[in-house]
Amino acid sequence: MAAVKSRNEIRFLLNGEAVALSEVAPDETLLDYLRLRRSLRGSKEGCAEGDCGACTVLVGRLAGGELAYESVNACIRFLASVDGCHVVTIEHLRGEGGKLHPVQQAMVDFHGSQCGFCTPGFVMSLYALWMRNPEPSDEAIEKALQGNLCRCTGYEAIVRAARVISNYGKAAKDPLAVERAAVGKKLAALRDGARVEIGEGKGRLVVPANVDDFAAILETEPKATIVAGSTDVGLWVTKFMREISPAIFIAGLDELRTISERGGVISIGAGVTYTEAFSTLAERIPALGPLFDRIGGDQVRNMGTIGGNIANGSPIGDTPPPFIALGATLTLRKGGERRTIPLEDFFIAYGKQDRRPGEFVEAVDVPVPAEGAHFAVHKITKRRDEDITAVLGAFHLKLAGDGRVSDVHIAYGGMAATPKRVKAVEAALIGKPWTEATVEVAVEAYDEDFTPLTDMRASAEYRMLVAKNLLRRFYLETTGAMAPLQVSRHEAA
Amino acid sequence: MTAHQPDLKAEKISGGVATDQRHDSAHKHVNGSAIYIDDMPEPAGTLHGCLGLSTVAHGTIRSIDLSAVRAAPGVVHVLTARDVPGENDISPTGRHDEPVLADGKVEFFGQPIFAVIAETREEARRACRLAKIEYDELPAIVDVADVDPKGAKLVTPPLTLSRGDAAGVIAKAPRRLTGRMRVGGQDHFYLEGHIAMAVPGEDDDVTVYSSTQHPSEVQHMVSHALGVPSHAVTVEIRRMGGGFGGKETQSNQFAAIAAIAAKRLGRAVKIRPDRDDDMTATGKRHDFLIDYEVGFDDDGKIHGVDFSYAARCGFSSDLSGPVTDRALFHCDNAYFYPAVKAVSVPLYTNTVSNTAFRGFGGPQGMVGAERVIDEVAFATGKDPLEIRKINFYGTSDRNVTPYHQTVEDNIIQRIVAELEESSDYARRRRTNDAFNANSRVIKRGLALTPVKFGISFTATHFNQAGALVHVYTDGSVHLNHGGTEMGQGLYVKVAQVVAEEFQIDIDQVKITATTTGKVPNTSATAASSGSDLNGMAAKNAARTIRDRLADFAADKYAVPLDQIEFLPNRVRIGNQQVAFADLVKQAYMARIQLSAAGFYKTPKIHWNRDKGQGHPFYYFAYGAAVSEVSIDTLTGEYMVERTDILHETGRSLNRAIDLGQIEGGFIQGMGWLTTEELVWDEKGRLRTHAPSTYKIPLASDRPKIFNVTLADWPENNEPTIHRSKAVGEPPFMLAISVLHALSDAVASVADHKICPRLDAPATPERVLMAVERLRAEAARK
Repeated sequence: MAAVKSRNEIRFLLNGEAVALSEVAPDETLLDYLRLRRSLRGSKEGCAEGDCGACTVLVGRLAGGELAYESVNACIRFLASVDGCHVVTIEHLRGEGGKLHPVQQAMVDFHGSQCGFCTPGFVMSLYALWMRNPEPSDEAIEKALQGNLCRCTGYEAIVRAARVISNYGKAAKDPLAVERAAVGKKLAALRDGARVEIGEGKGRLVVPANVDDFAAILETEPKATIVAGSTDVGLWVTKFMREISPAIFIAGLDELRTISERGGVISIGAGVTYTEAFSTLAERIPALGPLFDRIGGDQVRNMGTIGGNIANGSPIGDTPPPFIALGATLTLRKGGERRTIPLEDFFIAYGKQDRRPGEFVEAVDVPVPAEGAHFAVHKITKRRDEDITAVLGAFHLKLAGDGRVSDVHIAYGGMAATPKRVKAVEAALIGKPWTEATVEVAVEAYDEDFTPLTDMRASAEYRMLVAKNLLRRFYLETTGAMAPLQVSRHEAA
Repeated sequence: MTAHQPDLKAEKISGGVATDQRHDSAHKHVNGSAIYIDDMPEPAGTLHGCLGLSTVAHGTIRSIDLSAVRAAPGVVHVLTARDVPGENDISPTGRHDEPVLADGKVEFFGQPIFAVIAETREEARRACRLAKIEYDELPAIVDVADVDPKGAKLVTPPLTLSRGDAAGVIAKAPRRLTGRMRVGGQDHFYLEGHIAMAVPGEDDDVTVYSSTQHPSEVQHMVSHALGVPSHAVTVEIRRMGGGFGGKETQSNQFAAIAAIAAKRLGRAVKIRPDRDDDMTATGKRHDFLIDYEVGFDDDGKIHGVDFSYAARCGFSSDLSGPVTDRALFHCDNAYFYPAVKAVSVPLYTNTVSNTAFRGFGGPQGMVGAERVIDEVAFATGKDPLEIRKINFYGTSDRNVTPYHQTVEDNIIQRIVAELEESSDYARRRRTNDAFNANSRVIKRGLALTPVKFGISFTATHFNQAGALVHVYTDGSVHLNHGGTEMGQGLYVKVAQVVAEEFQIDIDQVKITATTTGKVPNTSATAASSGSDLNGMAAKNAARTIRDRLADFAADKYAVPLDQIEFLPNRVRIGNQQVAFADLVKQAYMARIQLSAAGFYKTPKIHWNRDKGQGHPFYYFAYGAAVSEVSIDTLTGEYMVERTDILHETGRSLNRAIDLGQIEGGFIQGMGWLTTEELVWDEKGRLRTHAPSTYKIPLASDRPKIFNVTLADWPENNEPTIHRSKAVGEPPFMLAISVLHALSDAVASVADHKICPRLDAPATPERVLMAVERLRAEAARK
């Protein structure tokens, strides 16, 4: 393989300034950099785990030649990962003639702040929303605010402000919009195709030049920590103070951020974020849209990757059960070699996956359900949005012409040490008429498939009951019942 | 900014009382320039602390090896109990049951044992994890349900309220029932966690910047811990990023440790625990186990009630005495009990010491009252609203509380009648019944619940406040008072009062940070009392200066005093008008004192705790809410479809601020009763110590339709500040309507014949399990 250029500093834009840093620790967060090294203290630390949004900043990144700004949690975003990006903090917001920015003025006029600590984060999230959607619906506003906690206002005043931001100014005239082309050029110039290598020993980080470079580095340093969206690895650092050196930052690798469809199979690169996958998946597999809307908040969806959700092997990751039910396959790569396995075989036991030293998850291939097949996925949590799954069930059913079950795949999260299919339940359904009586017989088989745990999210008893009831809900859905089968926040469009 | 030019022809000042003045810091909140303690420039050489926490719930410390901690990079010093130069105690009520750092024994999982002081916060955090501590574990009491309240260890003496012969009346009542309810606790989840920065001065002096609702108490605790007089300690706070009661006493520990380290090392020391440590090591709202027996008749009229309120107080008393007292003060909510007995059981447990939280026991008291109403409604087969209405306090009779105070200002009937009408309660109840009859999975529920909340600190001596006002020679005003700003808008309300008093535009009034050096011996900003107390104190200070100005003008211009009138930004002196600033300048030249301290103490109140009798509350605040929910009977998931609120704050000082308190209080209360669940494991470890596991409401948890109305007709019968009423806590309890709407929806699965006895927090799990329980019971019948 051809030698790649290399440099020993990261380069990015911070507000209006070009920054080049050669002293960067692999575990240094963007928030600590802003607050401690730059005294930009408008962004706050509320939780250091990407849940409260007080640290929200925007990261602008060139994707396919387009510069897009997204809200992210600076508290769990690593500084090294902003190489080649434009970081925009609350301090950069300005309106015309030294006045407040439209988002800020709307928040002031509608009494959107009380204690004010969460407010810069809300302003940044609303700013990101307003730039891409200047006239947002309440649904869009709520979605944009899923990753921002406020303990004072009860949100009503903030939503009132969010509805009318465009009365205070035009998004097209916003400085970031006006300067988009110029900033894009600057970012393009920063992308020199070089590998970044900084530090050694416990302080080593690498930003690979491209995916082949990544594969090569991982082969020689198989114990390296792979950091994609850092929505998980970020917490290893902020919460557990784990060493992650050497850390390989792969979020900037365009080759891993592709999503394409061929022959009814959607191929998702491991670096594709939830946000990037949303439009394709929600269109082609509509049941996944509402699911993705309930994974983290916007900031987490803008960072977190589907590859990471699979590779970390969590029993409560939200994408494996539906992908398993759809018969997805996983492509793993080591150096130049690739192998493809059924996704469900990747999960061996708690904390143990079929990933060999030097190997990484490159892509997941998800078949689109066949015409006439039924597919549904239901996530159960304590709080509706931005909560981690207690139980998640995914159902993929094909019926024969005589109304019998010809094929069924059902997989759950939160019910076992890994994302897992209910093979006993499937066996009880296969070949049977798809009736309530069949379902009632099949639910008895859950006790063969699962022995769930009790933890702070749910009791074992509740998990088991809900797992069964989700099959009942799925049955009712397939019968085309008219009465509502779920509580809903916004009436279906 | 250009200098303000007051409008000398204005008909009204800008920003006086009863205007929708914005929060004084709003423009700084939105652009990130509002400075919280962690944002302050640090003095050169500032060190950072991290607390080492106990890893067992109860035990004696067998050995403690901190050598690896001391040797870790960046570590400057490690403090243990023996390094406390003064008294190793921060018990706010003087019960000497709460050490700064644990000494020899630990009594909860997460109790601070040592403090690492290092060059950076990260180094302090890393070093903290290297401690080797061995314990001899002792049996731990974690859950109140495991304790027999009779003979259990209490952290503070219990209270009994009694009026009439409750036992006799209940025994003779036509119908009786008993029950039990569990109500969960709540983490404050202020977005800004605890923080203190101590800067050493000369001699014994130290200045502590503390995120606290109670600077005077922090001052006293720091002085005790250092063993120096209070005069050596100055505590200052400009703003908190939320408090909610969580920074009433819980700031003491961080401030005391930072101050000890700062004095010892001669360098500034900052301590900002991370979110997990903050949630693990600081107290929360008390969870309660409520036992009740009620006697009533077939109409649903209550004859007598007997309550026991047992609370998980944690390992020390903290504020558990007054909190459990206030639970009893609100065991009546808005209802008259002809005979009543209520006892508190403040239980010692091996958990973090629970503390103040918006409502201060009142919400838990009220939830018990509303459960009893629900029970009576199901027993008599009537709409709970009907039961509520026939048991409301009267205005001329049936108006004596369990603590023997007569309710003199009752307006609950009118509030509820107006809300019942405006929310279309009756029609929606019928609509829901029809919906439920046709919906197999989703069920709707509706409930209207009232709030009557007593205003004043129940410890009478706390009902005092001070303020300090300076008028400078250019006519601008410096305002300081003992209240703290945690987002509730106290500062702007008090500034409105001062602007009104002087008749000057509010931007002529500078709001300044609360500090013990300007106004001494203050009470906590708590009990919703902030604007009542500090508003009055500031008004009195301003009035003193204004009176001096008037006297001076009358004298100088030789007109009678009644010919002096303070008009907007100017003063009418007989037939001429003089700009306020000009009169001030003239007064200064004539050597008139332009600075004054103000003071206020609440009249009328008294309380005899031993007898359980008195007049603990100056007045009551009222409100009511109707909530409608949908529940999923397959999963327990739910949605608040609509909430209508009618609440009153007397003659509001600032309707915009008050609306924010009502909306925010309601949502916070809804969180407490729905998704906010604190889970301790059998080892006494809190498992929900971060927002990933502890779920406060999001924007998408708001009621889908949320109609909030501030009643425009009430005024305070008492001469409070501009006849306004307190607003901080009362709206929190409007959220009880959500719990009861959920209960109503659950009840529909058994045709409203069985009381669901839905406990709180009503998580989806509790809702589903209640549905299952009712279906099973209905099937057995």
